[in-house]
Amino acid sequence: MQEIWGGLETTSQNKFPSLKFDIGAVNDGAYMLFSAGFYYKTFMWPRSFWDKVYEPFIRAAAGLGVSPTEEDPDSYASRNLHCDVLIVGAGPSGIAAARVAAEAGLKVVLVDENAEAGGTLLSEPQAQIDGAAAWDWLAAELAALKAAGVKVMTRTTAIGYYHQNLIGLCERLTDHLPNLPADTPRERLWRVRAKQVVLAQGALEKPLVFHGNDRPGVMLAGSAQTYLNRYGVLVGQRPVVLTSHDSAWYAAFDLSDAGAKVQAIADTRGSVNEELLAGARQRGIPVKLGRTATATKGRLRVSSIRLNPVSGGKVGSGEDIACDAVLMSGGWTPSLHLFSHTKGTLAWDDDRTTFLPERTPEDCVIAGASRGLWGIEAVLNDGAEKGREVVAALGKSAGAHAYGVAQDRPGTGVSHKELPTDRSAGKAKAFVDYQNDVTAKDLRLAVREGMRSIEHVKRYTTNGMATDQGKMSNINGLNIAADALGRKQPSVGLTTFRPPYTPTSFGAFAGYHRGGHFEVTRKTQIDLWAEEHGAVFEPVGQWRRAWYFPQAGEDMEAAVSRECKATRASVGIFDASTLGKIEVVGPDAVEFMNRMYTNPWTKLAPGRCRYGLLCGDDGFIRDDGVIGRMGQDKFHVTTTTGGAARVLNMMEDYLQTEWPDLNVWLTSTTEQWSTVALNGPNAAKLLAPLVEGVELTEEAFPHMSCVECSVAGMPARLFRVSFTGEIGFEVNVPAPMGRKLWEALWEAGQEFNITAYGTETMHVLRAEKGYIIVGQDTDGTVTPYDAGMGWSVGKAKPDFVGKRGLARPDLVAEGRKQLVGLLTEDGSKLEEGAQIVFDPKQAIPMTMVGHVTSSYHSDAAGRPIALALVQGGHGRMGETVHIPMPDRTIAAKITSTIFVDPENARLKI
Amino acid sequence: MLLIHCPYCDETLPEVEFTYAGEAHIARPENPSEMSDDAWQQFLFMRDNVKGDHFERWRHLHGCGRFFNAVRNTVTDKFLTTYKAGAPRPDLAALKEGQK
Repeated sequence: MQEIWGGLETTSQNKFPSLKFDIGAVNDGAYMLFSAGFYYKTFMWPRSFWDKVYEPFIRAAAGLGVSPTEEDPDSYASRNLHCDVLIVGAGPSGIAAARVAAEAGLKVVLVDENAEAGGTLLSEPQAQIDGAAAWDWLAAELAALKAAGVKVMTRTTAIGYYHQNLIGLCERLTDHLPNLPADTPRERLWRVRAKQVVLAQGALEKPLVFHGNDRPGVMLAGSAQTYLNRYGVLVGQRPVVLTSHDSAWYAAFDLSDAGAKVQAIADTRGSVNEELLAGARQRGIPVKLGRTATATKGRLRVSSIRLNPVSGGKVGSGEDIACDAVLMSGGWTPSLHLFSHTKGTLAWDDDRTTFLPERTPEDCVIAGASRGLWGIEAVLNDGAEKGREVVAALGKSAGAHAYGVAQDRPGTGVSHKELPTDRSAGKAKAFVDYQNDVTAKDLRLAVREGMRSIEHVKRYTTNGMATDQGKMSNINGLNIAADALGRKQPSVGLTTFRPPYTPTSFGAFAGYHRGGHFEVTRKTQIDLWAEEHGAVFEPVGQWRRAWYFPQAGEDMEAAVSRECKATRASVGIFDASTLGKIEVVGPDAVEFMNRMYTNPWTKLAPGRCRYGLLCGDDGFIRDDGVIGRMGQDKFHVTTTTGGAARVLNMMEDYLQTEWPDLNVWLTSTTEQWSTVALNGPNAAKLLAPLVEGVELTEEAFPHMSCVECSVAGMPARLFRVSFTGEIGFEVNVPAPMGRKLWEALWEAGQEFNITAYGTETMHVLRAEKGYIIVGQDTDGTVTPYDAGMGWSVGKAKPDFVGKRGLARPDLVAEGRKQLVGLLTEDGSKLEEGAQIVFDPKQAIPMTMVGHVTSSYHSDAAGRPIALALVQGGHGRMGETVHIPMPDRTIAAKITSTIFVDPENARLKI
Repeated sequence: MLLIHCPYCDETLPEVEFTYAGEAHIARPENPSEMSDDAWQQFLFMRDNVKGDHFERWRHLHGCGRFFNAVRNTVTDKFLTTYKAGAPRPDLAALKEGQK
């Protein structure tokens, strides 16, 4: 509910094109237009009409809200809260429960979605509780609760009840204020973990279902009573009350006492208690029992209602009664939403024609009108009783207190399907769901067309699917569907209530997690340097990585081409800090590595490194990276940037649960090291003068060596590795020194015309050498053999993760997709992801035999190059395959995956 | 949101600190290479889809990092117990008797 204040701007949404010409009100001639299943039957074809014609029309006609296009300017907050007892609903039963719990010394939170606590007491000031007027009693009681330390939260809706007594609350902080205080969030989402919960949400009034019940001026009797008693608004001077429950009689009395001339109280029941009849007599209100309503009249406001007597199932002739408002009540539905969120079971109560709460698996009780009780005295005493129950459950005790209420309004009522009519039921527009414009006729049509479960009826008609989640329409809809099916309500079923209880803003759910706080952006120590030097960035997992470094006037293609050429011609520098790094340490480290990775590690000497391939037990490639043996019992493992956490999790899993006997420690060191890669023919020349502790010669520090040394005065782990095919080094220094190292190398590199390159150039250079990217050239169905890396598999090892998997029949079968190179015949660049066929002339749908995994323009190869997975590819060298594209089919020759320097001559210093 | 007891930390903590890790008590065979294709397939792929009490693994990822075992009812989503990796299956009947 939006509270109003001077200057608030509001617009009505449930009208199209305007209230005076509401398309939905075109009833007589075109009333067939929007029948059940109308959307399914009508707006089916053509597909293109959906976006431009059907959907805008439906949305406008259905009165759906307009979604804003701007970003939400408000801010939202969230908090956690722990308490002994959370009470949802600050009506009489909630207040009574809170009083008991607070007196027992418990930490109590009492919440209510309205602006004021009090619930029904706010609309029934006549009641005298323990001798005090209702509003005096309420004020004193709330003051006492606050004095006892109870946290009373108003404008706070309990939106959902989650496992183990976690309740979500949405607190509205500013929507009711004309002047916004600075730095105050609009809403705050509370996550409350309560030891015990009392649900005291009360009951919701149902409309009666009859032709014309949607006319302006027709409203719920309880609303009229609240308007009058709480807000001082008389909704009509000459109202008619139409009801099936005692409560509306009191609404009539209150309006009459306030000066309205109530034209009639019409009750669907044939008899009501004498006290009500006396009250009407005393006020001179005509009473009509055993009535049905069959029509209303009036253009922009109701001007009369047609009432007919019903006797023995026969509807007699109608009389029009002039009026300016119709106050209706179809009885009250206990609010069971949160109880249902707990997976609480419901039981059908035939007398009251409604569902009542039964059992819940949570530490939760339900009190007052929400479990079917009626009358202030009854719900106060029930609230106190339930309060004592939760106090006892928490090991405390509380004294008994019996409330006495004078001027109470206990009552009963009955629940109906649509009211009977003497006119054609087929032409009646008797609304069940006002938001979704569902009528009784629609529900019966759904049943005639074969819907049997209420779940189907609901979806076919959209009854109960609007933002109120059927709060007004569920029971009426169920009564009608059950009648149409000739079955009892519980066998037709009740649809499930799901959180949130009321529509809740996305902002409240998002809280602080928006914009830059939506997700962590991980940046390396060198990130700022890249930004200062004009890098364009790309996200890689959570990391932000420099993609390429354009110079003035360069586009991406030109920049990447320049970076590639400069690296192969002299030296390139690359920030490799995002590589995942895991330190594997312990007496059994080598045994652990032997079991985890496909490669053998026993003979790898300290100071040497090796390309490691990690498979799952299914035999498929999971990750890869260069692994250095830093000592007899210490490995420096690198992983892919995105795979670091996954690999560590997998290692921990095997270590903890399969091989707990191995004495090994695993530590994530990704963020402990900054890693800078130097690649190119001048890489060693650049680096050598800066290194202390090792000579960068072919003899002293050959390719695939690693050492702890000093670089530019910083302690370093230096690797001689190459992901480019050039002479390559990766320098790891303690993370905070990353930028200092980078700048030292940058300065020393000036005489070699050093060039910074980003991830795109890294991808091109590695593809030219046929080095795979796990996750791009592999997809979880590729084995080391498929990838052409059988050399990495330690066949002599008795076991490793994936060894048995690799021997599975399907993995050794002929015709697997294997990684190959592709060169197009016309020199064009293929699209990554493009499908490959052997015979381009075959009928469509063609048999697809693989796809392009990587494709780049390559200056070093002098033409575009591509990697692809192709069925039986390793045995098809030199054959031509075809890549059908929308406009043409491209022919390409299968080649080796290595396009540059197959002899690895360039790796030599 | 569930509350889960970590048997290593001996603390009951919110679900967001934990990750699910599949069915429990499926030991990787000692000598996979000696297994038949059928037996290996059973180990690798076949898992129970229990309606009711399920033995399963969890990891206290954002805590101590340990993998542990749990019995959770897949219908009510309630944990009956959690216990350390390597410990034998708890006696379900005794466990339920104890919770009454």
